[in-house]
Amino acid sequence: MNDGPMLQAKDLTVRFGGVVAVNRVSFDVRRGEVFTLIGPNGAGKTTVFNLISRIYQPTEGEIVYEGRPLTRVPPHRIASLGIARTFQNIELFEHATVLQNLLIGRHIHRASGVWSDLLFTSRVRAAERDTRRRVEEVIEFLDLQHHRDTMVAGLPYGVRKVVELARALATQPKLLLLDEPSSGLNVEETSDMAFWIQDIQNELGITVLMVEHDMTLVSRVSDRVLAMNQGEVLALGTPAQVQSHPGVIEAYLGTAEDTASLRSAA
Amino acid sequence: MSGIAQGCIYGLIALGFVLIYKATEAVSFAQGELMMLGAFVGLALLTALGFPFFIVVLATIAAMALFGIGLERVAIRPILGQPVFSIVMLTIGIGYVARGGVTMIPAIGTETHTLPVPYKDVVVPVGGVVLAVEQLVVIGATTVLCALLYLLFRYSKAGIAMRAASQNQLAAYYMGIPVRRLNGIVWGLAAMVAAVAGLLLAPITFVHANMGFIGLKAFPAAVVGGFGSLPGAIVGGLIIGVVESLSGFYLPEGFKDVAAYVVVLVMLMVKPNGLFGENLSKKV
Amino acid sequence: MRFVFKTTYDQDIRLAQHGGHLFWYGLLLLALLAAPALVSEYWLAQLTFILIYGVVGLGLMLLAGFTGLFSIGHAAFLGVGAYTEAVLAGMGWPFPLSVATAAALAASVGAIVGLPALRVKGIYLGIATLAFGFIVEEVFARWESVTGGNAGMVVPTLSMFGWRADTDQSFYYVCLAIAIGATLVVLNLLRSPTGRAFVAIRDSEISAQSMGIHLARYKTLSFMISAALAGVGGALYAHKIRFLSPEQFNIIHSIDLLLMVVIGGLGSVHGAFLGAIFLISMPQLIALGKDALPAPIGQAPGLQAVVYGLVLIGFVLFEPLGLYGRWLKLRAWFTLFPFYRRGMFKRQKAFTKSDRLR
Repeated sequence: MNDGPMLQAKDLTVRFGGVVAVNRVSFDVRRGEVFTLIGPNGAGKTTVFNLISRIYQPTEGEIVYEGRPLTRVPPHRIASLGIARTFQNIELFEHATVLQNLLIGRHIHRASGVWSDLLFTSRVRAAERDTRRRVEEVIEFLDLQHHRDTMVAGLPYGVRKVVELARALATQPKLLLLDEPSSGLNVEETSDMAFWIQDIQNELGITVLMVEHDMTLVSRVSDRVLAMNQGEVLALGTPAQVQSHPGVIEAYLGTAEDTASLRSAA
Repeated sequence: MSGIAQGCIYGLIALGFVLIYKATEAVSFAQGELMMLGAFVGLALLTALGFPFFIVVLATIAAMALFGIGLERVAIRPILGQPVFSIVMLTIGIGYVARGGVTMIPAIGTETHTLPVPYKDVVVPVGGVVLAVEQLVVIGATTVLCALLYLLFRYSKAGIAMRAASQNQLAAYYMGIPVRRLNGIVWGLAAMVAAVAGLLLAPITFVHANMGFIGLKAFPAAVVGGFGSLPGAIVGGLIIGVVESLSGFYLPEGFKDVAAYVVVLVMLMVKPNGLFGENLSKKV
Repeated sequence: MRFVFKTTYDQDIRLAQHGGHLFWYGLLLLALLAAPALVSEYWLAQLTFILIYGVVGLGLMLLAGFTGLFSIGHAAFLGVGAYTEAVLAGMGWPFPLSVATAAALAASVGAIVGLPALRVKGIYLGIATLAFGFIVEEVFARWESVTGGNAGMVVPTLSMFGWRADTDQSFYYVCLAIAIGATLVVLNLLRSPTGRAFVAIRDSEISAQSMGIHLARYKTLSFMISAALAGVGGALYAHKIRFLSPEQFNIIHSIDLLLMVVIGGLGSVHGAFLGAIFLISMPQLIALGKDALPAPIGQAPGLQAVVYGLVLIGFVLFEPLGLYGRWLKLRAWFTLFPFYRRGMFKRQKAFTKSDRLR
């Protein structure tokens, strides 16, 4: 168990042609904390996520996870390192039930190869029972019992976000990347989400790295916040510190002159 | 030379599917059969009704355009929005019906017919080489057609609208683009192109119900050129035509038939997006 | 209406989910076992073909219906299996050994055909498989020393360790045994992590990767298993028709296989067999109905093509879930009567987003 930060981003830079999506971004995520990335649209937050889950390759800089660099790890090996993520636009398996989606989440913990699967040996059966039991734990944690056998394609948006979260939890991660967990959710659902994020941190001991726009949620659950704008780091600190940072206010609301003119017009 | 002419035909058929693909992202396996129908319509007009050749060409193109629009309305429109594979199967089904249906017309049956074109068997000596006018006509017609289509897509509102609709149908609807009507026009265009290909091919291979199978070689042409690219389709067709003709000449028997397919496999491994293709990936 | 109350995880995992399943499938099994005694020789031959095509269909269903990889040249694998079996049986190899080799060889060809799948998707993959289909057919025609080329090749009777399946009945039982085995293998696969990985790849490659699924490995695996099943089917096919020639494995045959799984119902195991039943019985039905039609239509050689085309179009337009989907709706109607509502299985009308950005 090392004492260093769980995840370190060092001078991450990504260029797509002439566009610099991420520019020398550095931050640390400490074990057990809830760390949130905020910033206006296009700030590069999801790009950072995609760098961590190895969908993109950084042009410069590196990411170190638990002391080991992620630079050469192929995308499908990320899950077995203990990193799980949800997607902004929900990437669930539409033509499968909620249960099947979660069972797929247990893939990295499978105990059998193709040949035993073909024959469905007793070892495979025992592994299936175990998988089923663990998935049931996640279902219970997120109250999805009602939807267990429903096809994902038929579920409302709010439930699908929860299923996406459940699937990520089913992989038994150490680090959970949540991409805009509350987008599209109403007040009640967002409140549920806040409780769950806290439970994930406290009961399951999982470190959470989050991208979020809803400031109430951010203040409620985050330990530290990183504000980004146009691919660069603006501020880093507690939610209160970052929200009162002048650069952050300017990025979101415009300069003091702009807000003054808004106030006088209103 | 014949390789180039053959290549033009493949290119024209490939142009038809790339048109449909660009506009609606549907892949149509029925282009070969549309070509066959075009050839038969031409045959009917020429022999049964005795129209002069030039009129026949225009009439066939017009008739097939209408057929294409009609086909889209009846068969393709209802499945707007379904996965690509369904559309592929649908067009395969249409192909089957066209093939079988044509043989049911008593005058046609399963025999081979000749299309009496005015320039058949005419040869022209150009610089020390004797060229068949048939093939020159093919190349010439293809060039003219491509020029017309280029102008259409580049400069006309319809062309730009089609490109918008091909990327995101829902957004195009919201922008006021009459997506459904456009789709009809695209199919009409594709059918017209197929008809031209049919009339051009008829003197070379004769007119018969299984003529459409040549259409299968047009897929490699489209892939080599890059599936979303119109000029690519023609270039791809030319490449396939020339490679085929050269392999028939230099390589042992049998290679000629598979040359097209070997080329496409090489292309897919080396440059999957084709020569002029687009390189898009999903943003998550 | 049946409510299934589950008290153990095993009930979720089991193949037969409740007593009804056991009963009806048991009945089916008994009927199939008794078939030689119940039906005429002609229908037994048809049934044998259904079993053979069912096995091939299982393979294609696994690849196209469950992994989402469309193979338009699948008859090539059928051919590899058929010719391998013919050659090895001709050399005196016992059936279990020769069919295993046929499957293995087909699987290796499958791995090669699957290589483009690792780089390209969707229609490009379809065209790559189409290309392979043509190339393999040409290889069968040219490699005369092994396959007899266009002149064809005679296939000896199925034999192993002294026993010969030289009657229709004995051959039928061999096919039945293999069909049941293949079905169980595919069902096992689908309820295990490997099968789930296939479904994941079909529905969202990016998520599948983030769940730890190695795309290249599983896609290749899917191709190999699918090709192996087609190879086994091909071996049986060889013995059934007794004479092989390259044009039996052409593009038309590949499209027939696709037709079979689409009409049967993509994404269901039942679909493979329902599709096989359709494929084999259609020509019979057409032959029966021929005389009822006016002469120019009924006697035309293109009638079969037209009917196939119309049925295919009909299913794509009106019943995208295939025969199995229609069966599910029928069953729902009966069990829920009179509460069945027309919209119960309605698929949400979606506007396609560009597949190129997928």
